[in-house]
Amino acid sequence: MPKSQKEEAEKFLSQLETFASSMKSSIGLPMIVDPKTNVAIWYDQRELKLRFMISVEKTRKFFESLSEGKLMATKCSKTGEILFPPQIDCPTSIDSEVEWVLLPKEGELLTYTVINTKPFSFSHYNDYTVGIAKLTNGVQVLAWVRETDPKKLKVGMKVKVEIVKREPEGYLTYELVPA
Amino acid sequence: MDTTILLVLSLGRKVAVVGTGHSKFGVRNDVNLAELTYESIKQALKEANLEAKEVQYLAVSNVGGWSSEPLSAVVVSEYAGMTGKPLYRIEAACASGSAAVYNAYNAVASGHVDIAMATGVEKMNESSTPTVVEFIGRAGNYFWEFENFGLTFPGYYALYATAYMAKYGATEEDLCQVAIKNHYYASLNPKAQFQRKIDMPTCMNSRYIAWPVKLFDSSPITDGSATVILASEEVAKKITDSPVWIHSVGAGSGSANLSRRGNFTGLRAAELAAKMAYKKAGLEPENTAKYFDVAEVHDCFTIAELMAYEDLGFVKRGEAYKVAKEGQTYIGGLIPVNLSGGLKAKGHPIGATGESMIAELTKQLLNKADKGRQATIKNGRAIAHNVGGTGHYAYVTILGLDKPKDI
Repeated sequence: MPKSQKEEAEKFLSQLETFASSMKSSIGLPMIVDPKTNVAIWYDQRELKLRFMISVEKTRKFFESLSEGKLMATKCSKTGEILFPPQIDCPTSIDSEVEWVLLPKEGELLTYTVINTKPFSFSHYNDYTVGIAKLTNGVQVLAWVRETDPKKLKVGMKVKVEIVKREPEGYLTYELVPA
Repeated sequence: MDTTILLVLSLGRKVAVVGTGHSKFGVRNDVNLAELTYESIKQALKEANLEAKEVQYLAVSNVGGWSSEPLSAVVVSEYAGMTGKPLYRIEAACASGSAAVYNAYNAVASGHVDIAMATGVEKMNESSTPTVVEFIGRAGNYFWEFENFGLTFPGYYALYATAYMAKYGATEEDLCQVAIKNHYYASLNPKAQFQRKIDMPTCMNSRYIAWPVKLFDSSPITDGSATVILASEEVAKKITDSPVWIHSVGAGSGSANLSRRGNFTGLRAAELAAKMAYKKAGLEPENTAKYFDVAEVHDCFTIAELMAYEDLGFVKRGEAYKVAKEGQTYIGGLIPVNLSGGLKAKGHPIGATGESMIAELTKQLLNKADKGRQATIKNGRAIAHNVGGTGHYAYVTILGLDKPKDI
């Protein structure tokens, strides 16, 4: 079984860590020699833990509606413009109120890609497909597509939006499913 | 107000490039961020025959995140002996360098200062590859397009590649033509990260990183720096016999969310920047290849170079892959593009790419490029196209040997 990208990345980092530790015990410094370039590198002794806390108070309805199987957007009452991702201010009409509206589930695929080389925080997943669909009301949605063979997908094909649970994290999100 | 009057006023004073510097691009673990930046600062100061103290304004383009210094501009400024100068760190993703040049240009054009420096640096190899992939992937709309869907930089451009290929019938081989050309010219550029030529099988057999984008469609993770010094007409006359003039700069932007883009076959931001640059330089926006002897365009991925030909109006929509296939963007063709090797093979140290383009075109216009990759200079005009993110920012800079006319 080939190693996941996460395992590979973590192995690489732990090798550096081990090297730095042995250098600390031999010369008293976390100095390692890059095997590729043969130059001395200081192995940073301060690690940054970074996880953001992002306000969703004003768009709470969007997230709470997911558990009812609904995908919501906002609509400027004055201009009729539908905003997705939902935002609570109407950029083309400064005084306009916005109201919550339900998005249609049907659309067509505008474009797609399969992510083979993944970001670190996505490195525990198998290759995944990201696509952009245009829904029947013209709103465009970017999401994963439930098909990882790009040959089975086509620009212009019909897709449906489904509310799904993202595993292994176990939280609600939405996905494009070829119809 | 009469818009013609407004335009003349907005162009301000004439501004010349009077010095350029360029570090070796690549994996540069042999130097830290400030040392790397100073490699190009030093060259630029020597070329302009200026001392650091004579520079009145410093714009440092650096995206960072993957590297250790959050306030990179002050670290660079201190190292270079410029503490005390008006100082800015400029961020416009992969177009940060052109944004810094534009910023420095405005400082001179407006009459605020006579000598301004734009220096760009990126030290991407201070972090591991998956972390760098993560940082660039977050550059769009983090919450709506990364948090749940884990896009990567190649992935964003792959969305354009898929749509472009579906609409116009371009193939993966057509995309590889760009990589082959840019590796060829990089092989002649001692400052380039990759100095080896590649052939079609090498490109076509490379693995997918974001289908349909392959490893050899993609620019690398690069450390590097580049610097340009700009001066007012009066000062330029005193310090150099060979100024290269900035004829115009155009800028534009695109939505953070890719889902809000009107199409995926061209970058609206780049189109807007090009239109503005052409208008300010008094050039028509169509069939524009004829105006220029050479171009540096933003080929972070091969598809990006093809879209650039169209966004800049070198060719009509849907024609770019055909001219690439015909070899029309080599020396001797319709317009030579990326004779430096481009981001693709020269390397793409995000924050330094913009200055690198201006430094390269200045050399080209002065007939000082390396052997085998010097364009024939007839019009005395060159164009740089620098895109930030996936069409999130764009800058188009037109340079020329003739002093810009008052329009």
